[in-house]
Amino acid sequence: MTVFVWIETFKGQANPTSWEALGAGRMVADRLGVPLTALVFGENASAVAAEAGQYGADKVLVADDATLKDYRLEAYAALLTKLVQEYQPKAVLAVGTARGRELLAAAAADTDAGLLTEVTSLEVDGGVLKVVRPVYAGKVLSEAVGSADSTQFIALRGRAFKANTPNAAANPEIITVQPALAEDQLVTKVERFAEEVGKVNLADAAIIVSGGRAMANNPKEAPPGTPNPEVWKAQDGFENTLKPLADVLGAAIGASRAAVDAGYIPYAHQVGQTGKTVAPDLYIACGISGAIQHQAGMRTSKVIVAINKDPEAPIFKLAHYGLVGDLYKIVPALTAELKKRLGK
Amino acid sequence: MHVVVFTRSTPDTAARVEVDKNGSVTWGDAAAVVNPWDEYALEEAIVQAKNAGGKASVIAIGGEMHTEALKHALAMGLDEAIRIEDPALDSTDSVAYATAAAAAVQKLGDVDLVILGKESIDVATDQHNYQIARKLGWPMLSYVSKILAVDYNAKTIQVERLLEQGREVLTSRLPAVMSVMKDINEPRYPSFIGIRKASKATIPCWSLADLGVSLPAARTRTVRYMNLPAREGQVEMIEGTPEEQAAKLVDRLLEEKVL
Repeated sequence: MTVFVWIETFKGQANPTSWEALGAGRMVADRLGVPLTALVFGENASAVAAEAGQYGADKVLVADDATLKDYRLEAYAALLTKLVQEYQPKAVLAVGTARGRELLAAAAADTDAGLLTEVTSLEVDGGVLKVVRPVYAGKVLSEAVGSADSTQFIALRGRAFKANTPNAAANPEIITVQPALAEDQLVTKVERFAEEVGKVNLADAAIIVSGGRAMANNPKEAPPGTPNPEVWKAQDGFENTLKPLADVLGAAIGASRAAVDAGYIPYAHQVGQTGKTVAPDLYIACGISGAIQHQAGMRTSKVIVAINKDPEAPIFKLAHYGLVGDLYKIVPALTAELKKRLGK
Repeated sequence: MHVVVFTRSTPDTAARVEVDKNGSVTWGDAAAVVNPWDEYALEEAIVQAKNAGGKASVIAIGGEMHTEALKHALAMGLDEAIRIEDPALDSTDSVAYATAAAAAVQKLGDVDLVILGKESIDVATDQHNYQIARKLGWPMLSYVSKILAVDYNAKTIQVERLLEQGREVLTSRLPAVMSVMKDINEPRYPSFIGIRKASKATIPCWSLADLGVSLPAARTRTVRYMNLPAREGQVEMIEGTPEEQAAKLVDRLLEEKVL
C-alpha cells in the first residue's frame, strides 16, 4: 500500500508545482499510514528522483527510456496504469497542469477509478479522500469524496498547496521500472516544441500583471499609415508599459478576453472563463473592468490590485486595493517606485 | 468521413449561480446555453466534415436541458443530433460518461474524429475528454490550437497543441479524439434558416440498452454544494497623484509580503 505522486518534468527539470503535490501527498500518506512514492518518467529522471526524496518521497519509481523522453500521453498513461495495477496505491496525486489532468484522467479510465480535479483543499476521512473544488466557473464550491474501493485519483489546482521544505539528507529508495509500451506500439510522435521563451508561465507565476480593453488608451501615437492604430497602441502598451512592470516584479503577463479578442495580445495570455485559471499571490488588473468571466479565472488570487479609470468598474468589488486613474500614468509610476524600493 | 462532437448545456456565463436553501445549485431564470468551450468544437466539426465531404454528428449525454445545446448545434449546421439519457447514467460521473460516450461512437460506426471543447464549465472539468479516448482505445490530441494537416484517406493528422511552456507539434494516426482551444477558429452564429430547421428537428434519445453497455460503479460522490465564503473586508481605495498612489500601494504590498 502506498500513495503515488506524479512528478511532472519538462526538458529534464521538475515542474516546481510538482513539489506542492508531493507536500499534499505527504499529508495523505501520513494520514493513511503508508509510504509516499514519487513517480518520475523521462530523461534525467535520476536527478529529479533525488530531488523528489528531498521534498518528502520515501520511494521513487524511475522510468528513464527513449520512449518517455518527450511527454506523450499514450506512453505515460500506459506506464501509470501498469504501475497502479501492480502497486494498487490508495491514491494518485498530481498537479492539474495540462499534462497532469489528462494523465490522471487516462489512468483513472483505464482502471475504472474515481478522479477529482481542480482540487483546492484536501483531507483524509476514514481512508477516503474528501476534497473541495470550485465548479460553475468558480461561482460555487463542491465538496466531494472518493471511494476506498478503488485508487483515488486527485488532480490539484496549482499553487493551492504548499511544498515541504527540502531535506538535503533524505535518502529515498530508488526503484527502476520499465516502460509499458515499445516505440512501435505508439501512434503519436512529438515533431517539435516551440518554447515561448522569456515569458513567465502564467500557471506557475507568483505575480501576474494583466491588461484589458483600456490598453488601447495609450497616449502614444501610432506611426502614420498604421492600418489599425488602436491595436498598435494596445500592443505597444503591453510591450512598453506593462512588460517593464512585469519585469521588475518577475511577473507573468495576463490579459482579459476583450484584449485578446481585439487582437492586442495572443490567446495564450487570456485569464478567465475561456482562458486560464490562475491563483497568484498578487494579481494586478490594469484597465480591466472585471466581467464575471474574467473573475472566474482570477478570483482566488491572494491580493488583487485594480487600476481603472472608472470608479464603478466591477473589478473594484473584488479588489483588495483600488487605484482610480489612467493606467498609462499609474503603471509607469508604480514601475519607477518598485525599482527604487526593491533596489533594482 | 464522419466526425462526432459531444456537447452539453450550461447556465449562461453571466448568470448568478448559487446554492439554494435545499442545497441545490440554481441560476434563477437565466437561460441555458451551449457550453462556451464547445462552440469551437462544433465549428471545427462543421469545417472538417465540409472539407472532407463527410458528416458531422453531435451528441449530448444527460437530461432534457441538454436539448438546448443540441438545437444550437443543429442550427449552426451539424448534420445530426442524438441525446443519451438513462436513469442508471449519472452524467457527472466522468468514467460512466466516457463509457457511454465511447459506446455511442462505436454504435455510429466509421467515425474518424471525435472533437470536444476544452472543458465543461458546469462540472469544471475536462477529464471526460481524455477518458473517452481511453475507452475507445484511440489516441488523445488535447489542447489543440491548430490542425496543421489531416488526411482522412491515409488516416493521419498533425496538430499544434497549446501547453504551458509553448506550442507542441504532434502527429498521430486516425481515428483519434481531439479537444480544441479557443484560437482554433471563429465559431459561426446560427443562421435564421438553421434555427428554423433546428426547432423542427426531432432528436432521438438513446438509452444504455440501445448502446448495449453496462457502466462501472461510480467512485466519486458529491457530498454538498456551498456558496463562496463572503469576501473579507472592503476594497481600500488608494488616492492621490499617480506617484503618491504608487508609493502608497508599494507600502501596502510590502506589508502584505507579496513582493
